[in-house]
Amino acid sequence: MHLAYPTVVAALLFSVGVYGVLARRNAILVLMSVELMLNAVNLNLVTFDIWYRDRLHGGQVLTLFTIVIAAAEIGLGLAIVLLVYRNRQMVDVDRLRALAEDPSRPAEPAAPAEPEAEPEAEPEAEAVEEAAP
Amino acid sequence: MSGQEIVFALLGVVAVGAAILVVTTRNLVHAALWLVVSFGALAGGYLVLTAEFVAWVQVLIYVGAIVVLLLFGIMLTRAPIGESADLDSGNRWAAAAVAVATAAALVTVVVMGFRDERMPLRAGGGSAEELGAAVFRTWVLPFEVLSVLLLASLVGAIVLSRSDIRARPEAGAAADEEG
Amino acid sequence: MIWLASLVALLPFLAAFAGMLLGPSLTRLLGGRPGGSAPLRNGPALIACLPIAVSLVLAAFAAFAVWRDPGERTGTLTLIETGSVPIRVGLQVDGLSAVVGLMVCCVALAVQVYSIAYMRDDRRYSSYAAFISLFTAAMLLVVYAGDLLILYAGWEVMGICSYFLIGHHWEDRANSRAAVKAFLVTRLGDVGFLIGILVLGIGAGTFEIDEILRKAGALPDTTVTAAALLLLAGVAGKSAQFPLHTWLPDAMAGPTPISALIHAATMVAAGVYVVARLYAVFVAAPAALAVLGVVAVISMVGSALAALAQDDLKRVLAYSTISQLAVMAAGLAVGAESAAIFHLLTHGAFKALLFLAAGCVIVVAGSNMLAHYGGLRRGMPITFWSMTVGLAALAGVPPFSGWFSKDSVIEAAQHAALHGGESSSAFTAPTGWFAYTPLYVERADPVAPLPEVAYRTTHVDVPGGVAWLVYLGLLLTVALTAAYAMRAWLMTFFGEPRGTYEVREPSRFMSWTVGVLAVPAAILGFFGLGAEELRPHVGAALLSLLLVVLGGGAAFLVWNRDPALDPARALGPARPVFARAFYVDELYAMAIVRPVQALARQVVVFDGRRVDGAVVGAGRGARRLGGILRVPQNGNVQNYLTGLLAGVVVIVAGVVIFL
Repeated sequence: MHLAYPTVVAALLFSVGVYGVLARRNAILVLMSVELMLNAVNLNLVTFDIWYRDRLHGGQVLTLFTIVIAAAEIGLGLAIVLLVYRNRQMVDVDRLRALAEDPSRPAEPAAPAEPEAEPEAEPEAEAVEEAAP
Repeated sequence: MSGQEIVFALLGVVAVGAAILVVTTRNLVHAALWLVVSFGALAGGYLVLTAEFVAWVQVLIYVGAIVVLLLFGIMLTRAPIGESADLDSGNRWAAAAVAVATAAALVTVVVMGFRDERMPLRAGGGSAEELGAAVFRTWVLPFEVLSVLLLASLVGAIVLSRSDIRARPEAGAAADEEG
Repeated sequence: MIWLASLVALLPFLAAFAGMLLGPSLTRLLGGRPGGSAPLRNGPALIACLPIAVSLVLAAFAAFAVWRDPGERTGTLTLIETGSVPIRVGLQVDGLSAVVGLMVCCVALAVQVYSIAYMRDDRRYSSYAAFISLFTAAMLLVVYAGDLLILYAGWEVMGICSYFLIGHHWEDRANSRAAVKAFLVTRLGDVGFLIGILVLGIGAGTFEIDEILRKAGALPDTTVTAAALLLLAGVAGKSAQFPLHTWLPDAMAGPTPISALIHAATMVAAGVYVVARLYAVFVAAPAALAVLGVVAVISMVGSALAALAQDDLKRVLAYSTISQLAVMAAGLAVGAESAAIFHLLTHGAFKALLFLAAGCVIVVAGSNMLAHYGGLRRGMPITFWSMTVGLAALAGVPPFSGWFSKDSVIEAAQHAALHGGESSSAFTAPTGWFAYTPLYVERADPVAPLPEVAYRTTHVDVPGGVAWLVYLGLLLTVALTAAYAMRAWLMTFFGEPRGTYEVREPSRFMSWTVGVLAVPAAILGFFGLGAEELRPHVGAALLSLLLVVLGGGAAFLVWNRDPALDPARALGPARPVFARAFYVDELYAMAIVRPVQALARQVVVFDGRRVDGAVVGAGRGARRLGGILRVPQNGNVQNYLTGLLAGVVVIVAGVVIFL
């Protein structure tokens, strides 16, 4: 089987995920897009595992690990999203503007903590930030 | 073009198309459901690539667990179930440009790099037996560490989502105000 | 001797500071009331008068010592190394400086005593008296200075003191304007003066006055001429000669004793004194002397005409000062140095007298205007007789002092005009009353082999045309002086009283001071009989006497026709021209002041609109640019991430394409 098929599909999936992360407003949709990107990576891992005929199956095992980590990430991410929702009654990432330089600029009143549904960051780091406002 | 390639191409089209629908649909619930389709098609692709165990794990965890979690999240945040016009931010066109550029760069690199590469497909290469042996023989330590990670994330998720747990004063200020 | 001279200059200097700091406290200590207390209990007055009186005694000692033993005494207090030409902080006492210093002390003491009464009700009398002391000290420093830079220091201190004193009544805007004008105009000349000093000092390799005089003949012609011309600028500024004379009439805004001090002893005398002091330099530069002569003629005739038409008694005297100083300058220009200094001394005596007497008249009449006077001779006899003596001396009526000195100047000018511009009158004999040393001491000193230089200085090469011009100008001035002196005298003291005030003598301090000053004004001329070149000559004396009678008689005849009217009406249409002093002020205002003001306005506009605008615009531009740049910094994480990924894609694309 030609190697280009799975890799091209993975590249396209990743790009779609990028678009989703950048363009979607709802934090849960952003999380979905992150899942798409993770899946693109998984596909690449499986593909190259098979291509290299890896006796240790490092690619596929790593795919399993990634799936587990994705599950953990989605759990923590959703917890953060719920916390944001509880504080602000909305989960729109483009309205969470506490990072803006001018405190008078954001549309929302300043919140004590800024729980950002930041998909790229490690969930643990997010959790630590969450604890310290 | 072999039959495997045709099947994988079709599955890939389905997966990418469903993914595009995920990021463009105006209905949150539909997005989650299209995600199921995309992940399912990917699982089929894994099967074609002879990674059967990964395919089933994909179906089990992604389709069975993660998407359900996402649906729960949608409901818990009282998102609109029906169509909503403002799911995309004003950043859309810039995002589209970046995404297209990313796709172009990646596809170009991949095609240029692996133009003539073919890979051997050997049935049973990704069976549960093989993978189980690999995990518990070679990758046992990362596997155990991963369990610790899962535990930590479990604890973290509970701490974050429960409103009756308060941070101790010396550990920092109050984590969250009840809104 | 040097310590004597330095004490003479130092005492008023210390008195100035003591008066500033301690004057009012001393009044309280003595139990007097501030303002209008008895003179012996007036602290500032005591602090001002006693040191100057002591200085006067010391200056008299110095002059006596010089008279007994003519010769030059120099002393160096300290030497300041400057890296190139050292500055010798030293004093020099010779006949010239001793005599002028004595005159300065006399006039200053008279002015101080007079001021006690004149400024009795002034709130700022304390600082006024202190500034007079400082002014006197500065003039004495100029007189006794043995080094050009020391002289320049005193010169500048005089400038600033004149500014403060002319603007004493600064509450009136016109007075402070007059002060600023005096300061700026003299400053204009001082620039040239300073550069001239530097040219001279660098050229001669020293700033010591006697060294410079010794080397003056050996210096290159261009250096000497340039230095002399530059010095002339400063002299014209300080001595109020054309074209820098305009500040002097306006300086009448100051209190009258200040006018007396400035006109008689200090400020304006300094210019002529410096020319006499550095005479060898000027002699070595005939071009400068010719310029001096022309300037003097313009000044003396022009200001005498202007004095003829003034309505203000003080302005009449002011223009007469310009005219008389021009007479001295003319004397210097034709080589009659001793005569010029003689005239400086007699002028100091009678001009101080005139101003102080005018102050009495002003105090009594409450006005400066001639038209408000009339018939004052009956009520104030001391003032009348003193002023008569002063005006007679001014006009050159024999045997008053002005006649002798002016006559010797005229004689020298006549000699220069008739004998091909060669005058040897000044240095024939070192036996004069104020034997002037620096030029003949070389000949008296057998060791110094510089006779050639010394002899050369005795010949003054004045172009014949200039000498004739000076001579005729002097004769014309004599007639004009007599006319305006007669006019002022008649209008002030004769005719019917035209005011509603009570005519009586003012305070004894004032009238007695005036009376005492009348004595030297009357008899000072006889001291000149000791020197051969200062003795009156029959021909010149008769000629000038004739002119005096002519001028004075004309004024009297015009006045006699109708004593109630101003004799200046006979001038006809020329009168406003004379009264405005030939519109020189207006000319300056049009040619210099207004363009400068317009330029200044343009500069302000340019500064406000362009320079400021550029700066402010740069700031605003930066802010606007920053505003554009801060639009992306809106806190939207998606935007940040978009930029981040776009950058990554660009880098990857670059890596893929180029590597």
